[in-house]
Amino acid sequence: MSSYTTEGLLTEFAPQLARPSKNWITWFVFFLLLFVFGMYGLYTQLTKGHIVTGMRDNVVWGIYIVNFIFFMGVSYAGALLSGVLHLFKTSWRKPIIRMTELITMVSLIIGPVFILFCIGRFERLPYLIIFPRIQSPIVWDVIAISTDLVGCFIFIYLSFLEDMAHLRDNAEALNLSPWRRKLYKYLAIGYTATPIQKKLLYFSRNVMAAMIIAIAIIVYSVLAWIFGVTLQPGWHSTIFGPYFVIAAVYSGTGVLLVLMWVFRRIYHLENYIKKQHFVNVGVLLFIIGAFYGYFTFSDYLTKWYGSARMDKLLIDKLFRNYYWLFIFSNYVGVLLPMIIIAFRRLRTINNISFGALITILALWVNRYLIVVPTLETPYLPIQDTRLDWVRYSGTWVEWSLTFAGIAVFCLLFMIISKLVPIIAVSEMVESDEYVVEDDVESLLS
Amino acid sequence: MAENKENESSRRNFLRVGLGVGAAAVAGAMSTKLLAKDDKPETGKGEKVKVLTTDGKLIEIDAEQVGLARKKDIYISRDEARQGIPNRKFVMVIDLAKCKNARKCVEACQEGHKLPKEHEWMKVYMMQDSDDAAPYWFPKPCFHCDNPLCASVCPVGATYKRSDGIVLVDTERCIGCKFCMTGCPYSARVFHWKDPEVKAEPGSKYSPELNVPPREGTVSKCIFCPDKLRKGELPRCAEACPMGVIYFGDLIEDVVTNGVETVRFSDLIRDRAGYRHLESLGTQPSVYYLPPVARLFPVDRGYDGLKPNIKERFKDVPYVISKEKKQ
Repeated sequence: MSSYTTEGLLTEFAPQLARPSKNWITWFVFFLLLFVFGMYGLYTQLTKGHIVTGMRDNVVWGIYIVNFIFFMGVSYAGALLSGVLHLFKTSWRKPIIRMTELITMVSLIIGPVFILFCIGRFERLPYLIIFPRIQSPIVWDVIAISTDLVGCFIFIYLSFLEDMAHLRDNAEALNLSPWRRKLYKYLAIGYTATPIQKKLLYFSRNVMAAMIIAIAIIVYSVLAWIFGVTLQPGWHSTIFGPYFVIAAVYSGTGVLLVLMWVFRRIYHLENYIKKQHFVNVGVLLFIIGAFYGYFTFSDYLTKWYGSARMDKLLIDKLFRNYYWLFIFSNYVGVLLPMIIIAFRRLRTINNISFGALITILALWVNRYLIVVPTLETPYLPIQDTRLDWVRYSGTWVEWSLTFAGIAVFCLLFMIISKLVPIIAVSEMVESDEYVVEDDVESLLS
Repeated sequence: MAENKENESSRRNFLRVGLGVGAAAVAGAMSTKLLAKDDKPETGKGEKVKVLTTDGKLIEIDAEQVGLARKKDIYISRDEARQGIPNRKFVMVIDLAKCKNARKCVEACQEGHKLPKEHEWMKVYMMQDSDDAAPYWFPKPCFHCDNPLCASVCPVGATYKRSDGIVLVDTERCIGCKFCMTGCPYSARVFHWKDPEVKAEPGSKYSPELNVPPREGTVSKCIFCPDKLRKGELPRCAEACPMGVIYFGDLIEDVVTNGVETVRFSDLIRDRAGYRHLESLGTQPSVYYLPPVARLFPVDRGYDGLKPNIKERFKDVPYVISKEKKQ
């Protein structure tokens, strides 16, 4: 049985929900400014056209697509992790599962927006629904992402439901402002933890957890196939589906560790998020990192050894023009976090979090190295005098929107952490031995 | 010699008429459509001409019909442009032995389709397959593949394959996702990154068969000039080429012409060992190449006189590197 009580936890976490501190406001304004700068970049792009980006006829996809893959990957990782942690009833999941779920939701809001920046005719987006061609992997992706959006929001809403009810019931004790009371009452949709409600919730959360695991894997594979179905060197690979999924989970686990570090620090959660949690998630990171390294190695080894003309050109380019990025993303990004976790002496909270940060950066670079060098290596050689036509480099517009994306990620986390405790109260007090006595069908009838 | 020439010219006429019939058939279909609308009386007066059909029958048709088909521009709507010209399967043959990089094809194409200067639907590459291989000029239009990856991946059906083999882009449908550009292994497609600042002629309506004006935020590419084909004329690049490098014709009639000589397509491909670029990719291009053997010009002839900015394009070709070194 759990030693925590709802009231106790809520009282302890109440300061988190209270009025924002000065620090909080400072950061909020900082991220807001980043966001506003990004919007200025977007305005520039909308008025002057895509010419303000670094994309040209050879490299038609750039940082926008990299960000899209990155944020979607983080989201799927969140879904996969929270699904697995939930289903296996891992006891150490409790203090961190809400963060995992929030990662899913927040990056799922940001990711698809980057596609919009990349599309030449914004206003014709409804054509995807009016004139869809099911043969096109982009239409698969539209279907997949919208399914994912619905699935993830249901899953996350269900996991928030009990806490909403707790907050509603303890509004007096917590001295909540009237609008918050209204909000929690509204969001709790009359949940009062009757036995039937409890069992229904338990059942539907399990179903959704299993479903979003499947959805996450399928949806991210579909994204990988957008690249895999083309004939481009480096993309046309059967390994791309599973490779993308593993890479996604790797980066998402990194994001989770960094968030754990941040929230532990700012909300003083040392009693809840302990070193053991970092080590456990770290071990997960280690295993996934090993897989990721293995997939990367396997993919490049076969290309390099066989040395088909285009593969050779691509790998030559990677090792000539992108040498340090390649080393960073595929060597440092795999080995450093693994070394940190492998050795007990290095395995501190700060070190693990640092390793996780490297993971995130490495995986962003990894996506960059998947998208850009391939497009710079077409079958027919690029014979052009315009430098920006030959080699891609992101412009300030693309970077401003990238940072705006990161800023929105942080802003949403800041706002949500003010609305609900960042540690799921309902999970903490839930007994591990809870079992369903009756099957749900009999309850429904 | 004289006989030879005469022979050639009669063959040319044959082909012209041949193309004319096809176009006439379309025009016929069109005009009945128009008639239905306008209630215009049938133009059944005057001169008749004898023409040879594709299956070898001699038939007599209205001369005006052929003339109409040849000369008048017909407006082809966006929907009609999806159909393709009936009973046609267009094919292009590019004779690499004759190309001297005069770049007239590029200019005629840009002129005809009102392309901004930075965009070339037709590109001329200097190819050198390996360090010790001979360099050659390689004009490259869109290959109008029979298995077009660009059309497969388009999420909204903006780019499509027609019955006559042509792959078109409807820039009023295109959402600008650029997936087709990553799908095409031949870099045939261009994207309008900024407003091309080309105005449509007043009163003219947009047709994917001409693709004028180019639109910001959409993809475009070589379209085999169906507007010219409907008039029984050659595509702009073939017409403009001073060396007769580009042959264009019909696979069903098994005949291609560069405007000077008209030849049987299958003979040409067999006798000159015609091939398709990157056949291994399985895209089934409609453009064939004749290998650059027994060339009319050394490759330098196309290089030495080039403007510096165009010359610079080829600086990475091994041949050019060694050539510049020698100087």
